[in-house]
Amino acid sequence: MTTQHVTVTVNGEAREADVEPRLLLVHLLRDTFGLTGTHVGCDTSNCGACTVHVDGMSAKSCTMLAVQADGREVKTIEGMADGADLHPLQQAFWDQHGLQCGFCTPGMIMQAAWLLGENPKPSEAEIREGISGNLCRCTGYVNIVKAIQQAAGELSASESAPVVAAETTEGQAVSAEPAAAG
Amino acid sequence: MIPGQFDYVRPGDLDQALGLLRDREGEAKLLSGGYSLIPLIKLRLAQPGLLVDMRDLSGLDGIVETDDELRIGARATHRQIHENEVSARYPLLHDVTGGIGDPQVRNWGTIGGSVAHADPASDWPAVLQAAKATIVCRSANGERVISAKDFFIDTFQTAIEPTEVLTEIRFRRRPKGQGGAYVKLERKVGDFATVGVASITKLDGSTIGWAGIGVTGVSASPFAANAAEEILVGQAPSEDLFRRAAEAAAAQAEPVADVRGPVDYKRAMVAEMTVRGLRKAVERGLAYS
Repeated sequence: MTTQHVTVTVNGEAREADVEPRLLLVHLLRDTFGLTGTHVGCDTSNCGACTVHVDGMSAKSCTMLAVQADGREVKTIEGMADGADLHPLQQAFWDQHGLQCGFCTPGMIMQAAWLLGENPKPSEAEIREGISGNLCRCTGYVNIVKAIQQAAGELSASESAPVVAAETTEGQAVSAEPAAAG
Repeated sequence: MIPGQFDYVRPGDLDQALGLLRDREGEAKLLSGGYSLIPLIKLRLAQPGLLVDMRDLSGLDGIVETDDELRIGARATHRQIHENEVSARYPLLHDVTGGIGDPQVRNWGTIGGSVAHADPASDWPAVLQAAKATIVCRSANGERVISAKDFFIDTFQTAIEPTEVLTEIRFRRRPKGQGGAYVKLERKVGDFATVGVASITKLDGSTIGWAGIGVTGVSASPFAANAAEEILVGQAPSEDLFRRAAEAAAAQAEPVADVRGPVDYKRAMVAEMTVRGLRKAVERGLAYS
């Protein structure tokens, strides 16, 4: 079987591989690049556990071939945190108990990140519709929705008030404590 | 799931793509968004020898209104159509593109891919049947414009030849007094339609001058409910009229019992979704006069 050479920018870093055309993007990420944060759940385009961003659009990486990602930019859960600082969505899932077993979480966070990019201040209904392609079998979604609401508030606050951004971030770190305890 | 082996080519233009389809006739398959085809390949229900990726074929994702038509390129994604300014003027298209699959599917899935795939429970074919839309297919021999009525032949079967590329879907421009709606019953978000009904009515004064109804999920292929359309034309809209048309649409359905419900239930739901769709269509037509 002939292979094809692909170049994919993953979390800002150009990576190359020789792949069979039948290789799925999720397996390129997990098996070839060792980025196992992206999960394989249903493997039938239903559950969304494998959600990543491809050229800024959320996609189910079990339903895309690695060759389709050639020349594109892919962002996975590993690309969300800034060093030791969690992304506001990751922190919010922590604070709000937005996960139990955690299997759906990487896909859920990537989908939520795409949603907030499109719609920085979604209503609860818009959040629920926005994550309708991602299944969670533990939480009943209530705390996931709360987490996305928390992150939406923080992200839009930091964008609309850049002058006090540093202050706000500090304030959030403190105010996150009681929520995490509760 | 690991798909079977296949070759993959990403041609730079339509002529190259057509050449590949001709050279590997019968074993080549076009790849658009992939959200219909890749699951089939993973399940090995489809085993193409060659995938021809349409990604670099330019000029196939336009959404333009001409003097008498709305033309949507095959590569336009459900989301692009939903977000496009024309969507505000075509509520039927806004309805359907907001409810296909889930957000990730709508980000990547395309109108052309969905139409060419012709799943018997997919949404677009019902809309095309209701609107009497036309489907444009290109081959080395030129262009064919096929009516929706002749295009959808059977389950996963269309009038596209193996050497053709579906390039465009054409709708008639919305005239004053016309409104449309797509009403879908699904067991849960993201599921295929148990029943989906696309309804269009055009009001001429106080009566319905033209009507189109397309139904999906309840037959081997989404169909136009012709008897229902005839009942509506020339009549003043009323609940009683909608109910009579809906019963005719339900009678034309040929549902099979499956996990989504028994035959009687599905037939009843065709009628109900048709009534709901007609109410909305007429209301939207009144608001656009």
